[in-house]
Amino acid sequence: MNARQVFTVYAKELTDTLRDRRTLISMFVVPTLLIPVIFFAFGAFTTKIVRKARSETQAIMVIGGEDSPGIRAALASHPKLKIVPTTGDFRNRISEKTLRAAVEIPQGFDQAIAEGRPASVKIFTYEGELRSGLAANELDRFFRDYREKLILSKLEKRRIPRSILKPFDITRQNVAPPEKVGGNLIGGLIPCVIILLSFSGAMYPAMDLTAGEKERGTMETLLCSPVGRREIALGKFFMVLTASLATVVLSALSTAVTLGAGVVLFARDAMATVAQGAGGAARSALPAIDPTGFLLALAMVLPLAVLFSSGLIALSLFAKSYKEAQSYVSPLVIVVLLPAMLATLPGVDLNATLACVPILNVALLCKELVSGVFNWGYISLIFISTSVFAALGLILAERMFNRESVLFRS
Amino acid sequence: MIEARQLTKVFHDRKRGEVRAVDSVSFTCHPGRIYGLLGVNGAGKTTILRMLATLLQPTSGSARVAGIDLTDNPGAVRARLGFLAASTALYGRLTARETITYFGRLHGMRPEEIARRTETLAAELRMEDFLDQRVDRFSTGMKQKTSIARTLVHDPDVIILDEPTLGLDVLAARTIVAFVRDCRDRGKTVIYSTHIMSEVEKLCDTIAVVHGGRLLAEGSHEELKQRTGASDMEQVFLRTIGVEAGP
Repeated sequence: MNARQVFTVYAKELTDTLRDRRTLISMFVVPTLLIPVIFFAFGAFTTKIVRKARSETQAIMVIGGEDSPGIRAALASHPKLKIVPTTGDFRNRISEKTLRAAVEIPQGFDQAIAEGRPASVKIFTYEGELRSGLAANELDRFFRDYREKLILSKLEKRRIPRSILKPFDITRQNVAPPEKVGGNLIGGLIPCVIILLSFSGAMYPAMDLTAGEKERGTMETLLCSPVGRREIALGKFFMVLTASLATVVLSALSTAVTLGAGVVLFARDAMATVAQGAGGAARSALPAIDPTGFLLALAMVLPLAVLFSSGLIALSLFAKSYKEAQSYVSPLVIVVLLPAMLATLPGVDLNATLACVPILNVALLCKELVSGVFNWGYISLIFISTSVFAALGLILAERMFNRESVLFRS
Repeated sequence: MIEARQLTKVFHDRKRGEVRAVDSVSFTCHPGRIYGLLGVNGAGKTTILRMLATLLQPTSGSARVAGIDLTDNPGAVRARLGFLAASTALYGRLTARETITYFGRLHGMRPEEIARRTETLAAELRMEDFLDQRVDRFSTGMKQKTSIARTLVHDPDVIILDEPTLGLDVLAARTIVAFVRDCRDRGKTVIYSTHIMSEVEKLCDTIAVVHGGRLLAEGSHEELKQRTGASDMEQVFLRTIGVEAGP
């Protein structure tokens, strides 16, 4: 192998690729600009909507409760709620979003409470709608407070201490390190993103440098130079690999910066409001992934990117035109994402057999790595098996460059 | 020098079965002479030239280019020849200078050697005005001049030109033809493939008529005219391939 010729081909392909608008967009613009722009635009938009909704008074309707004037009066004076006249079509109005929520107070509610009989109020809401959720939350809080006040006054009258309601406390404590919680929550997502970025970064240059060149007639020009087919294959392969790795690294950097800034600016506020339960947990877990594990997961991209680059070159070279290459390569996005998604399923854990299944092995390992689990035996096995597949892909690509029927397919 | 002996190329096509694109073609091209391959589209000219350029492997037969056997050392053959065909396009995103430099590097030339050669070729082909412009903005003539410069950057002993004036205007075609003559005068072995009869008559020392993958006749244009009793090259060609009857 002539390393100088490989470098000459690589350097030319790099210059050529950096002047290609399509590749530049997929390699630099999307990861470095689009991700932050989308994130910040989405963050700003969500924050604005949530803030506005929280500052508004929500229109609600009270159904029944004519014999419970105290509650009706308390609801009427609630600063966040505005009672509208009662009509029979409240369900439709909630669905049409002209009314945010409704509460049904049964006949004889006050009397039932006074006599200690069971009674219930029903809140009508539009599940998943922000303003309806806010109104329902306010109603829910109002009636809980009212119930608590009633209980406390009854206890006071009978001179029973408050502690009878809560003879003991139940607390739950997380013993898992924060990065493991974070890893479980988003560990499955990270390999999906990395695999997708690595593949999409390699896709356009692989098609352009092979099928594209065949279509434009520049492949024959290159083949009639004294450079060997192996040197040509390697020069082009290194270019595609560069594009794949650059896409992943730039995306990782851009995402890290965006998340860092975004969490401070928007995420806390928006998440806390939209979903106080799971959202709160996710918020605290989001940045807590193992940094060493994350870097190791990025390192695992190398054999994966080699595999994708060599495979894509071999496949695209077979195509007569860029368009034909697109029809071969585009469905593969789903094929490579499937194993990554399989890795997110509960119960699918890394073992020696799965460590030899390409893509799935890296996805499962990434999940463990970002959780701070470092099983060096599996890491070595996966690195070796993925490298073997990558080498096979490279051999296939070189063989394709030696086949007349592929190079001069018409 | 090029010596082709019984060169044959058979393609296997799913629909048409076995296609004999080139059938036992033998010829010799000498240094300081232009050897013309004359034939219609699909006659087998490009396949013969692609075999000589080691892009395709002969099914049978052999050939030596500059004394090197095609199959023994294809890389060395490519290092000694310059191949230009209608199907060998240029990189649109590179400038003419970058294109010439790239192929100079692929031929293992030193940077100062490439720079010197680029200036010489640019002057001979009148390329100075567009040497540093991107190829995708070029006219057909400018592209062809750049293609010739990249073909000859390493000053090869053997030059193969497949339809080099295709699609060019009269002025650009004249520059190319003059340049090819100049290469012959400098002792290069030139194979010139075309379907333009007048060009062959003006330029080539020896003419071979190729049809249906076979070499049907060979000689100077005067010899061919005498042999066929034709008054011009078009008549020579039509009578050789059997479309028109001789006297």
